[in-house]
Amino acid sequence: MRLDAQVAVPSGSSRGGGEHSVQHLKALMRAWTMCVCGCTCIALGACGRQTASSGGAPESSPAVPGAPPGLRLVAEVSNGDWLMPLGDYGALRYSMLDAITAANVKNLRLITSFSTGIPNGHEGQPVVVNDTMYVVTPYPNNLIAVDLTNPTGPLKWVYQPNPDRRAVGIACCDVVNRGAVYADGKIIYNLLDAHTVAVDAATGTEVWRTRVGDINVGETITGAPLVVNNKVIVGNSGGELGVRGYVAALDVNTGKELWRAFNTGPDADVKIGPNFRPFYQKDQGRDLGATSWPSEQWKLGGSTVWGWFSYDPATNLVFYGTGNPGVWNPDLRPGDNKWSSSIIARDADTGEARWAYQITAHDAWDYDEIMENVLVDMEYQGRVRKLLIHPGRTGFVFVLDRETGELLSAEPFQPINWATGFDLKSGRAMEDPSKRTGYGRITQGICPSSTGAKEVVPSAFSPRTGLLYIPAHNTCMDYEGTEANYIAGTPYLGASVKMYPGPGGYQGELVAWDPATAKKIWSVKEEKFPVYSGVLATAGDVVFYGTMDRWFKAVDARTGAELWKFQTSSGIVGNPITFRGPDGKQYVVIYSGIGGWMGAVAFPTISEDDPEAALGVVGAMTDIKKYSGPGSTVYVFGL
Amino acid sequence: MFSACKGASRLWATNLLLVVGLIGGFRPLRAAEVSPLRVCADPNNLPFSNSRGEGFENALARLVAADLGRPLRYFWEPQRRGFIRTTLGAGNCDLVIGVPSRYELVDTTRPYYRSTYVFVTSTGRMPVLESLDDPRLRVLRVGVQITGEDYENPPPAQALALRGLAGNVRGFPVYGDYSKPAPQRSIVDAVADGRVDAALVWGPLAGYFVRRAAVPLTVTPVIPGTDRFGLPFTFEIAMGVRHGNARLREQVDAVIARRSREIRSILARFGVPLVEPVAQTTTHGQRVAKVGK
Repeated sequence: MRLDAQVAVPSGSSRGGGEHSVQHLKALMRAWTMCVCGCTCIALGACGRQTASSGGAPESSPAVPGAPPGLRLVAEVSNGDWLMPLGDYGALRYSMLDAITAANVKNLRLITSFSTGIPNGHEGQPVVVNDTMYVVTPYPNNLIAVDLTNPTGPLKWVYQPNPDRRAVGIACCDVVNRGAVYADGKIIYNLLDAHTVAVDAATGTEVWRTRVGDINVGETITGAPLVVNNKVIVGNSGGELGVRGYVAALDVNTGKELWRAFNTGPDADVKIGPNFRPFYQKDQGRDLGATSWPSEQWKLGGSTVWGWFSYDPATNLVFYGTGNPGVWNPDLRPGDNKWSSSIIARDADTGEARWAYQITAHDAWDYDEIMENVLVDMEYQGRVRKLLIHPGRTGFVFVLDRETGELLSAEPFQPINWATGFDLKSGRAMEDPSKRTGYGRITQGICPSSTGAKEVVPSAFSPRTGLLYIPAHNTCMDYEGTEANYIAGTPYLGASVKMYPGPGGYQGELVAWDPATAKKIWSVKEEKFPVYSGVLATAGDVVFYGTMDRWFKAVDARTGAELWKFQTSSGIVGNPITFRGPDGKQYVVIYSGIGGWMGAVAFPTISEDDPEAALGVVGAMTDIKKYSGPGSTVYVFGL
Repeated sequence: MFSACKGASRLWATNLLLVVGLIGGFRPLRAAEVSPLRVCADPNNLPFSNSRGEGFENALARLVAADLGRPLRYFWEPQRRGFIRTTLGAGNCDLVIGVPSRYELVDTTRPYYRSTYVFVTSTGRMPVLESLDDPRLRVLRVGVQITGEDYENPPPAQALALRGLAGNVRGFPVYGDYSKPAPQRSIVDAVADGRVDAALVWGPLAGYFVRRAAVPLTVTPVIPGTDRFGLPFTFEIAMGVRHGNARLREQVDAVIARRSREIRSILARFGVPLVEPVAQTTTHGQRVAKVGK
């Protein structure tokens, strides 16, 4: 009974999942027959769900009884396996597993750990399926398979794709990778040299490899793909190098490109047609992706897609955020610069845009908005709304109606001052003009800094508490004049940017946020460094996250009280996951390997003496070398 | 057989170098002195360098190595973000042939040339441009190299933006298409084939590619060298060593002084537009004066 309910959504079978769904079903059945899933089902009252979905009402997404009234999910959440980067299509990073609870998590202990051998930033998270855990390393993007029936034994296999080494010099902010997705018997992920690769999950042999972008023009891929309706959705990175952002869909069987939609340029390139209905007037009009730029600058307009995708099966829409506009210098691109720093909804099968909402027009701060978009139906001001929740780099949590793109609320979750708020009627930010940057202008005390009030590391949402758990930063910055720089034989002027801790005496914060009331419910302040790890929430009402000073922590999902912590060998910039082992027990996994934009300051090759090094983040990362060196360890914990 | 010959001739060349080193130095040969001069260079960035040794920085590297009596060895790396970190910083090589003379990431030698951003126009078809305040710029399409890199601005792009001319700018990524033999050439070709009316290009690039263009092109330095907004268009170029590597810096300083005539001749051969004066002192490790306010 439970299996039927489970399979209906994550495999996308209602949309012709075909062979892939069958395999998926088998995989899930195999996993679940080993576990005592009946109890979970009853405990959460999840069995009622089946009735709801088989009732055929298109509105009815899976419910999670025990959750606030009216709360519905867009798809089944992780329950034993971990198949996609954010756990499920709704990007909740929530697991139904409840063996580890707020009461017993204090007994959590290390089961095993191993090194990936690559001492760079370990962003992302493993995939767990068929009693196997799959870990994608930073460049050179090896794929390591661990047999969970013998987790302390030898590695099952390692697949080495050997991506083009030149990609290393192109990647902006460490050579990270944000993980893989499982579909159709394959582990699918992106390589730094802008290829996507599919590997046979059983044997580790390469099934296909597709060149998605061109490193010769500065494109890389660091983000994780999502598979929807047998299509692998990928996006490019490289906004710092003047590339043009896009999203593409590849055939899961062959890797063949099925559609590609750019985020800048004329409507035809952006796949904007008669069905494009942005909510706000500011986002309506013909060819805005070209006309909101001077001359042809949209061709170098950045707006890349290096974060996460989410998907609503009911409307068949894929949601993602875009990066900051290129070129970096705002003086060079008068106009709104669409569709940079935007949230875009596209039809998964055709790539056609349905709506877009530009968060910041004409970005002057490097506020990418590639963060996760959490999809959930919940009660909002008296009625159940289909929400898209986007905790943004700008420091606001944006709550939108995901069917129309209407902005329902935007409230700050960190100290910010670049804007006083958002006008819900026009959808525009109410900016403080004195905090804009420009050539020759000294702009001090801009909050947040370019790293944002939150980076790409994903939040978690618990349907049981109705709270979004946001890994947050509190940093500000100064822009002061310019200095000589040098690239490819040519001298340039670089702005000198210094970042430093924001007001309040802390740099990082785990924020438990109620999207319905747009209020912070509780938070855990991390004094020393930004919280640069993803978050995991579980049905055991435990929330897991890591810190750059090497602590992996478990806190109470309802109060934030610290329940357990473990010191890892290196700072944590990865995202915790949980899975059910072949023995039926619940385990938690985290990567320990500092890196990424801010974490790279921990590398011996980055000097701490210059506050403007590493694009200015050194000033906010004082003393990191004392707390963490590079690392490359995967930790598995259990009771 | 052929490869054996090649091997033999290479061996012979190495011996010759050793001999030259001995004769040139008139001092006892120590092991450290014949260790290779390890130069960090881009394998595909003409006119500066490429893996076939065809750039002027290749020629300068040969000159320095020969003068020091050391064999030349390259560490190849595209000159992009992290170049210094992955080359000098990682200990893979010891000398970068071209960096701005006040470049914080390295210790710099005395500068050996000063060049300028220039206008490139089609000879006869376009008026000669010299000033960024020339009113004709209001109606021209102007090609400019841009980086897109966080926080960085090419001075001409910034200058046009400050004059309200951002709409006239046609951007060319400075990295170009790295699959091509001369990735940065496209901006000069765009002037030649009329896609832009003028281009603002860093002098060494313009000087080299203009000579290889399909039609006659004119190069004129941007005047004045620092504009009314305080934007500099001329830059002194020096060689760079790892912070603290005073020994090599002093050695290379001496080579630059000793071989200034040959250096000039190499730069002239590659058409590098030169601007006087070049400072006569070393300014390694100093921060450039803040531009603007």
